Amino acid sequence: MGHLLEVQNLKVTFALRFGDLTAIDDVSFTLDRKEKLGLVGESGAGKSVTGFSIINLISKPGFISEGKVIFEGRELQSLSDKDIRSVRGDRISMIFQDPMMTLNPVLTIGTQMIETVRAHKKVSKKEATKIALEKLNKVYIPSPEKRLKQYPHECSGGMRQRIVIAIALLTDPSLIIADEPTTALDVTIQAGIMDLLIELCDTEDMGLILITHDLAVVSQVTEKIAVMYAGKIIETGPTDLIVTKPRHPYTKGLIKSLPGTHQPGEALKQIPGMMPTLTDIPKGCAFHPRCEIHESICTTEIPKLQRTGENGQLAACHLLEKTVDELNGAPSTPEQDN
Amino acid sequence: MRENWNRFRKSYLFYSFKRSPLAIACFSIFIFLVVISFAAPIVSPYNPYDTTIIDIMDSELPPSWMEEGNPNFWLGTDIQGRDLYSTMLYGLRTSVIIGIFAVIFQAFVGIVVGLVSGYVGGRVDAFLMRITDIQFSIPYLIVAIIASAVFKIAFGVNRFEELAIPLLVIIIGMSEWPKYARTVRASVLGEKSKEYVEAARVIGLNNRLIMFRHILPNTLTPVLVISTIQVAQAVMSEAALSFLGLGMPVTKPSLGSLINMGFEYVFSGSWWITLFPGLLLVLFVLVILLLGDWLRDVLNPKLYKG
Repeated sequence: MGHLLEVQNLKVTFALRFGDLTAIDDVSFTLDRKEKLGLVGESGAGKSVTGFSIINLISKPGFISEGKVIFEGRELQSLSDKDIRSVRGDRISMIFQDPMMTLNPVLTIGTQMIETVRAHKKVSKKEATKIALEKLNKVYIPSPEKRLKQYPHECSGGMRQRIVIAIALLTDPSLIIADEPTTALDVTIQAGIMDLLIELCDTEDMGLILITHDLAVVSQVTEKIAVMYAGKIIETGPTDLIVTKPRHPYTKGLIKSLPGTHQPGEALKQIPGMMPTLTDIPKGCAFHPRCEIHESICTTEIPKLQRTGENGQLAACHLLEKTVDELNGAPSTPEQDN
Repeated sequence: MRENWNRFRKSYLFYSFKRSPLAIACFSIFIFLVVISFAAPIVSPYNPYDTTIIDIMDSELPPSWMEEGNPNFWLGTDIQGRDLYSTMLYGLRTSVIIGIFAVIFQAFVGIVVGLVSGYVGGRVDAFLMRITDIQFSIPYLIVAIIASAVFKIAFGVNRFEELAIPLLVIIIGMSEWPKYARTVRASVLGEKSKEYVEAARVIGLNNRLIMFRHILPNTLTPVLVISTIQVAQAVMSEAALSFLGLGMPVTKPSLGSLINMGFEYVFSGSWWITLFPGLLLVLFVLVILLLGDWLRDVLNPKLYKG
């Protein structure tokens, strides 16, 4: 049995007037059922483009120029428009950041749910309503019959995101791509939604790709993490390893900048500088202008993902030997850090 | 059904309707006029289309309250001896039918063009928008003159009398659809980039469903507002065409052709043949325009008045 989803050396290019722009480059990862992968990175790192390219929905000047997306044994880019539409929304669902915006304001929740079911399954309205009710129950919406007749503006933010998740579940997909699903919600509701997603992955036998800039959220939810920077995956591996023993200086910086790893009163660490825009990515390692430990090799050669020695952990850095403990805060070993 | 009614009763639209005496008055007059015009065969004392009851000796009788008036003809008679009151009711009915169907025609063409243009974009958009520009630049009177001339030659004057209503609907509709196309396109461009459209694509819905089920309902507010104004506009256009003799034939007069007919006799003293249909036309159009104005104020949150 192959993986549920296999992304191989994916490269997405945007053909612009002044030349081609590579939005994501050489991105590879795999995902199994019940497995949860976190795609982490700053704004513009290419996380969302990766998500959209999986379902082949990159907006116009962009296209997949290299690589493959294999989902349930089928290569998705080679499918016709009609076939891909039967995969997207049916086998793969996507959840977006702002539930206020993703529901159509002029249609009732019931209409939108029934329509989604009937776009993929040939069932009567009555049966579609039954499926909708069942899924609303799954996401713990009280009195779902009433909700079906309501418009999106009559529900609260957390409620709406639950409804969006219920819509994503309607067709019993095997993969859910959640693009910053909790960014627009407040913290307590965030936790509830995350718990719900974890639970659903287990009970519904689905894979989950969680796209977020929030390392704290990812570390609580996922088993695997891929950290993206300027369109590339720069470090990937099991969540606990990435969080406790990051090897790439960028990941280290991210983790250090989280509140909670600091003494009270101590200033939060931050990574100096900004992520480069895609039009002028520095030569060599894209991160080197912001890197505290960069050497001359970093400015000339692009680092490849390589094993760090730990099980399943890969990092793209020339100076892996230097990063073993140098940035982890001196005498304590990483295990004690945790 | 009942639930929808309850929802409507609680809506802001109904609330502001109840609190606007002007809207209530206009709406009542509008409904009254529409009802009596469509009930014309029952309400009116005579049938002006029935040539057997017309007596040429009754022609040009003044309204009944005047000296020479005949109590049988309340508002007097026209030059052919038809009861003016009955003829006006039938004429208003014709005007309303043409107005409403012309607007439906315009709205249909305009909405489809605007939706496709805005949603597809690119070359399709440029092409469709140039067509609307061209359409806009041709005055409808010229279209109407050519169309009715061609039609009369092709089908003969008798057939023209039968088919005048659909022909007028098409002429008026064709000349005004660009207004809808532009309005809808503008709203579609705004709606298209919203996330619910993206979400609908992710769900796997096809483009037709996204356009008509998801985007269209979100663009209907401005369409509703211009529709009211367009009905008034279409009634006026029809009256203008009929006044010029390009519209409804004398045997089945609309308000416009009645005004035209009477116009020749104003200076010979028969002012009522023009005046009463004219007043009715003004009243009808004014009521619709005021309603449209009110609707625009209510539906536009930027003009919200507590």
